[in-house]
Amino acid sequence: MEQLTCSNLTLGYEGRPVLSGVSFSVNEGDYLCIVGENGSGKSTLMKTILGLQKPMGGTIAFRNGVRANEIGYLPQQTAVQKDFPATVREIVLSGCQGRLGKRPFYGRKEKELAALNMEKMGLTALEGRSYRNLSGGQQQRVLLARALCATQKILLLDEPVSGLDPKVTLEMYGLIERLNREDGVTIIMISHDIAAAVQYASHILHVGHETFFGTCAEYRKSPPALRFFASEGGEAQ
Amino acid sequence: MIGTLATYLAFPFVRYALVVGVLIALCSSLLGVTLVLKRFSFIGDGLSHVAFGALAIAGILNLTDDMLFVLPVTVLAAVLLLRTGQNTKIKGDAAIAMISVSALAIGYLLMNLFSTSTNLSGDVCSTLFGSTSILTLTKGEVWLCAVLSLSVVALFVLFYNRLFAVTFDEDFARASGTRVEAYNLLIAVVIAVIIVLAMNLVGSLLISALIIFPAMSAMRVFSSFKAVTVFSGVLSVVSALLGMLISIIYGTPVGATIVAVDLAAFLLCCIAARAKGGK
Repeated sequence: MEQLTCSNLTLGYEGRPVLSGVSFSVNEGDYLCIVGENGSGKSTLMKTILGLQKPMGGTIAFRNGVRANEIGYLPQQTAVQKDFPATVREIVLSGCQGRLGKRPFYGRKEKELAALNMEKMGLTALEGRSYRNLSGGQQQRVLLARALCATQKILLLDEPVSGLDPKVTLEMYGLIERLNREDGVTIIMISHDIAAAVQYASHILHVGHETFFGTCAEYRKSPPALRFFASEGGEAQ
Repeated sequence: MIGTLATYLAFPFVRYALVVGVLIALCSSLLGVTLVLKRFSFIGDGLSHVAFGALAIAGILNLTDDMLFVLPVTVLAAVLLLRTGQNTKIKGDAAIAMISVSALAIGYLLMNLFSTSTNLSGDVCSTLFGSTSILTLTKGEVWLCAVLSLSVVALFVLFYNRLFAVTFDEDFARASGTRVEAYNLLIAVVIAVIIVLAMNLVGSLLISALIIFPAMSAMRVFSSFKAVTVFSGVLSVVSALLGMLISIIYGTPVGATIVAVDLAAFLLCCIAARAKGGK
């Protein structure tokens, strides 16, 4: 079942296109990795999908009951957040803000949802702890729990493992994979870790010099991937 | 000492001043947490200088009610400043610094050129460091101040969850359908109102202290957003009250005394945080 279709997108900012001719679609339960070099427009693409900025051309359509504000978003951490005085519970609960409508306060339903997602991310014991005192991996889990409060359908993750050590990175990938496999959450992830992308994703969108979209198996045989793996091999020697 | 205090408290204008002071301290501290966390600490400083400039112009124009001119001008400046914060061409802090010193300079220049007063430096000094005007408030002004501050508190409580969301993560809030721009605008307008109100209390140079100190002190000691907000409100009210009482008893300048108490409270909180962390 198709959830998101992007056709012939042109993206950019301040009137300068950075990316054009991007077309892809995402079905329910897909695990899509968006890869590409730095500055190739990955983040711009994600911001456009989220509706934070308008595409310069082309269309983005959500289908089959997915609304634009029903996407769970895991942004990259900002400097402000690293030192933010808030408890895990307060931050996870803020993921429910899209459900408030015109109500000013969170009700029991939202609090239960937050508790459920904290449990899912193994945060229940940390509920009352301050976000700024958590480790990098714990902070990412908090933001993931928050994103889950906003959706049960699609998660958009922007470099979810950047700055994490190898062990925590593996845990994070495992957590995301479980959400995808067991809960059927559609995953769209930005990553510059192509090796991991090929390992976990079902589909790959490669943006940059040349654009590629297809399943992971197709991607392995595509020119951009071959070039990447060749250069990786070259560097390793 | 208690006797002196009782004598003073018998005067209605002293009681008015205390009420107004407490209300202003309360609402300035509430938004302080958001402003400090959003890295907008200096907006208070910039806006208060704009308010100073506007007050100078109002004086020259011989307006009977300064507020009617100063308030809209400050609100406008607040909106513009928050806008430029998002624009990358002029960085937010540079824009604030520019607007702030320009307003200060032009205000002083105009006061010098056109002043009808015989005691110019006295006028300037009292606008900058807080005047005794808090002791000469009329009943009407007290009501206006009370209504405005209580609306600020009500707005804050009503939008508490949204303000938290917008402060913690603008992009996430926007993606969830929260109207971030509207809340930023609300913050700008409210902070402008608070600054115009607070000019009576501590003067335009010291307003930032009312906004920043309670939030910074609370952030030292507490770890949840709610606790930080509540404690900074309480701390600000207590410091303002204490400052005003000290200034009444010892005849010290009101604004400077309140800020000194705020600073002392901040140092105490630092020590408390260190003691807690050391355990």
